[in-house]
Amino acid sequence: MKKIILAIFTLSVIISCRHDDEIFIPESLSVSTPEFTSIKGFYLLNEGNMGSNKSTLDYYNCTTGIYTRNIYGNANPNVPKEMGDVGNDLAIYGNRLYAIINCSNKVEVMDVATTKRIGQIEIPNCRYIKFHKGYAYVTSYAGPVEINPDYQQIGYVAKVDTTTLEIVDRCLVGFQPDGIEIVEDKIYVANSGGYMVPNYENTVSVIDINTFEETNRIGVAVNLHYVLADRHGCLWISSRGDYYETPSRLYCYDVRKKRLVAALDVPVSDMCIQGDSIYIVSAGWSHISSSYSITYAIVDVNLKEKITDNFITDGTESKIKMPYSVAVNPITKDIYITDAKNYVNPGTLYCFDRDGVLKWNVRTGDIPAHFAFVGEQSISN
Amino acid sequence: MAKKLPLKSLFITLGLAVCVNSYSKSRLDSIQKLPEVVVKAQSYKEVIPAQKLNGKQLEALNSHSVADAVRYFSGIQIKDYGGVGGIKTVDIRSMGTNHMGVFYDGIQLGNAQNGQIDLGKFSLDNIEEISLYNGQKSDIFQPAKDFGSAGTLYLKTRRPSFHNGKTYNLKTIFRTGSFGLVNPSFLYEQKLSSTINLSLNTEYINANGKYKFRYKKVFSDGTLAWDTTATRQNGDIESLRLEATIFGRLNTGQWNLKFYYYDSEKGIPGAIVNNVWKNSQRQWDRNFFTQGSFQKQFGDSYELLINAKYARDYMRYLNPDTTLMYIDNKFWQDEIYISAANKYSIQKNWDVNLSLDYQWNTLDATLTNFASPTRNTLLIALATSLRWNRVKALASVLGTFVSDKSIASSGTGSVSKISKRQNELTPALFLSYQPSNNLPLNIRAFYKRIFRMPTFNDLYYTDIGNADLNPEFVDQYNVGLLYSDYFDGFVSRILLKSDVYYNYVKDKIIAVPKGTGQYRWMMMNIGIGKIRGIDVNIQSDFRVFRKAKFSLNLNYTYQKAQDYSDPTDNEPEAGTYKGQIAYIPWHSGSVVASANWKCFDLNYSFIYVGERYHNSSNIRANYEQPWYTHDISGCYRFKFSKMQVSATLEVNNLLNQYYDVIMNYPMPGRNYKLILKFEI
Repeated sequence: MKKIILAIFTLSVIISCRHDDEIFIPESLSVSTPEFTSIKGFYLLNEGNMGSNKSTLDYYNCTTGIYTRNIYGNANPNVPKEMGDVGNDLAIYGNRLYAIINCSNKVEVMDVATTKRIGQIEIPNCRYIKFHKGYAYVTSYAGPVEINPDYQQIGYVAKVDTTTLEIVDRCLVGFQPDGIEIVEDKIYVANSGGYMVPNYENTVSVIDINTFEETNRIGVAVNLHYVLADRHGCLWISSRGDYYETPSRLYCYDVRKKRLVAALDVPVSDMCIQGDSIYIVSAGWSHISSSYSITYAIVDVNLKEKITDNFITDGTESKIKMPYSVAVNPITKDIYITDAKNYVNPGTLYCFDRDGVLKWNVRTGDIPAHFAFVGEQSISN
Repeated sequence: MAKKLPLKSLFITLGLAVCVNSYSKSRLDSIQKLPEVVVKAQSYKEVIPAQKLNGKQLEALNSHSVADAVRYFSGIQIKDYGGVGGIKTVDIRSMGTNHMGVFYDGIQLGNAQNGQIDLGKFSLDNIEEISLYNGQKSDIFQPAKDFGSAGTLYLKTRRPSFHNGKTYNLKTIFRTGSFGLVNPSFLYEQKLSSTINLSLNTEYINANGKYKFRYKKVFSDGTLAWDTTATRQNGDIESLRLEATIFGRLNTGQWNLKFYYYDSEKGIPGAIVNNVWKNSQRQWDRNFFTQGSFQKQFGDSYELLINAKYARDYMRYLNPDTTLMYIDNKFWQDEIYISAANKYSIQKNWDVNLSLDYQWNTLDATLTNFASPTRNTLLIALATSLRWNRVKALASVLGTFVSDKSIASSGTGSVSKISKRQNELTPALFLSYQPSNNLPLNIRAFYKRIFRMPTFNDLYYTDIGNADLNPEFVDQYNVGLLYSDYFDGFVSRILLKSDVYYNYVKDKIIAVPKGTGQYRWMMMNIGIGKIRGIDVNIQSDFRVFRKAKFSLNLNYTYQKAQDYSDPTDNEPEAGTYKGQIAYIPWHSGSVVASANWKCFDLNYSFIYVGERYHNSSNIRANYEQPWYTHDISGCYRFKFSKMQVSATLEVNNLLNQYYDVIMNYPMPGRNYKLILKFEI
């Protein structure tokens, strides 16, 4: 018996007790040298895997070269269960930061300077956000709740007054709307139909911003994802494809000519437009070839052609497992690429200079994905 | 990181353990209590005995389901999503839940769809004994399937036995308590003839599954940051189980025939995340099987065991939440299984066995582009056992021949039939040695190589499955000792078991993302795990004074379970390479103390699961707290005319600890149960 007690005693010395969960203290580390431009830094939204409630915000301060991980909890220590489950988009409008938290069914609204919570907008299954004249427009997969056996989940765009954070109107669009863009008083929404497999959507909905009603649809390709406008009045629309015969592709729609003007054989996981260049990363799995194909492409919006298949020039691409997101600093033209790895491990953020040479890299949260640059114009991506 | 605060938990544990008296149960008792129908093959002792829970020991554990009871075995980690209806699966020695074979009255419970048996579904109501074997049951006279898992759990239902000329037994149990639980069960046993008995058993469970849970965080100085309490929703369950078994005795053998039906509807409570405190997903299960077994000895040296089973399972999953993707999927599985085991004794101390099993599985579903797979499995096991002086040895080799047929669909309709074959030969060797006849000490060792086939979901689930998958292999090495002795004094029995093991898991099947598009996964053979562990189990029985017994059972497991999957992910601390595998604690253990005096029983149990990470990247953001629960129960037995009555009150999670086993799946705090038993 004595031996048993002794054994328990010894054991209890090496095992530990439960203690109260503490607010996460953000981890800061110096990753680069300070840079002084009108861009002060950027927020990076980590999506976190579904059900993990691990959507987190990181911040990179360009003026100090310090990267800070997981800042939301500490900035908002009184918010139960922190920021939420699966971040899906991030944007800055005025002096506010908007984070779309998909599985928490809300848009989290924060102060850009302090990351302190201002409020939230309840939008179930919200996806992407764009702003126009004091209003935020948010796409949502969630249709109206009704009892109907043949119910079909038509998505909508919510119009939100950014002063009151109230939803003032809704406009039904196609099935599972994703990317949203606003050009010349028209809202363009990429319908995916992702819940309708294999009957994907293949249209972009056009909404008149003044009447807030859908006026027409533009046929593009199956399973649309992003729609981004360049500075020449063209929309760049990405299609995810059907993951079988139809590959992911990129399309160009001219809003004045009102027709598709280009279809590029460029697969897209994520893209951003900077100047006249579209930076594209993609990691696509093909059921047919049973393999990944990874590209880091640049498309020139004037030539409407791909000008490179790999803008990384120093071989760093061999370290990146799952390129998930891309952003470009509007001033320095530094290129940021995130690696989501296997979606459950912490990701990595890589910073390349404009020539595609690695400057620095840092560990992020889980599934690093969405950038918002903080600066005079507060440009978001 | 966790602060080391050992003494608090130690004294809570010890204090309660020591002040409680307990009844004891020696090995002899359990042998004497073996039911009337004695299985003859068990006269040959296993090379490495199982961890067992039976009879009163099992009753003492305040367990609702088999999953709750299994937590008291060493080397076991349970994945518990909380509540009465929540899914509970078991991971043995960190090899993954798919490596555990679960046998119900001698025949394996199958789930070709996902390979996982939800042990929360199996009530302890009519379970007489649970045995856990690492590797395999080291007895050669068994079907080939019994050789086919990395760890095996045997659930044995109660067999009728009639005393004092009785021809029937009647037992009614009523359980109620927290979670809105209403759980009556009814057992009727009838002697049909001198050699044939009938057993009928039914159980109904209804619970709203509601319980309070609490999450809170503090600042580093200890002041409260936020604190929120809510009620767990959508954890309700309603289930009905019907079981009928006929037991027959033969001259030199036995047979039985069983019918089993289970029907349940339950809510899937889901993860608690910011702004989502309630989910609405539902699941329906209907399981039916009928199985029979025939065993007979012919002459002095030949013995035959035949098993057969037919099973049909139905599962429906519904997501009615219109703000999410509407899902209403139905799945049907069929299984046919037949087996013949032939044992021949070459000499008194040398047996050989040849077992031949055949199994057929199909899966059908209402999914688009579903592959509708069919699997034919042929298993051949050849085994021999030898006893030579104080050495016992068993060697077996299992041949597994699998062939699958399925429909490969490529998006919009082009369809082709594909077939897939897998043939594997896997060995196992078990040894035990008693150094001296005078010393009740055994040294044992085993090596086993085994694999698990990719499940139908791994291979064929629309969009996620990957038909190119290979089996997932495990090599197990184990060395241990067993010391067991009986005494006349205050201490009546001591049993000490300890094993050291090393498992190497290769080609582990892991879900990896597909890219381009959200949360699209596929299965790949990329995981490598190395698990080094120690299990220690101490059992002791005491005679305190006349009619008062006390017993104490301690379990401790240490596991260093490392993820070797990706050598390039080797950043110090944060890298997953060599990181502790998700949800595997380094330290875990349990203490069970029982006291028995006249008609009173008192039981106390304590479970400890140490700090863990929910990802093999062992960083602070992935840290999961240790958790431990104290459960107590008291039972009073009395006679009421001819009826034997017992009343038990359980208090579980006595110190009301709010914890998660799986991140964001809160477990219940303090809860109660009242159990009334009536036996005639």
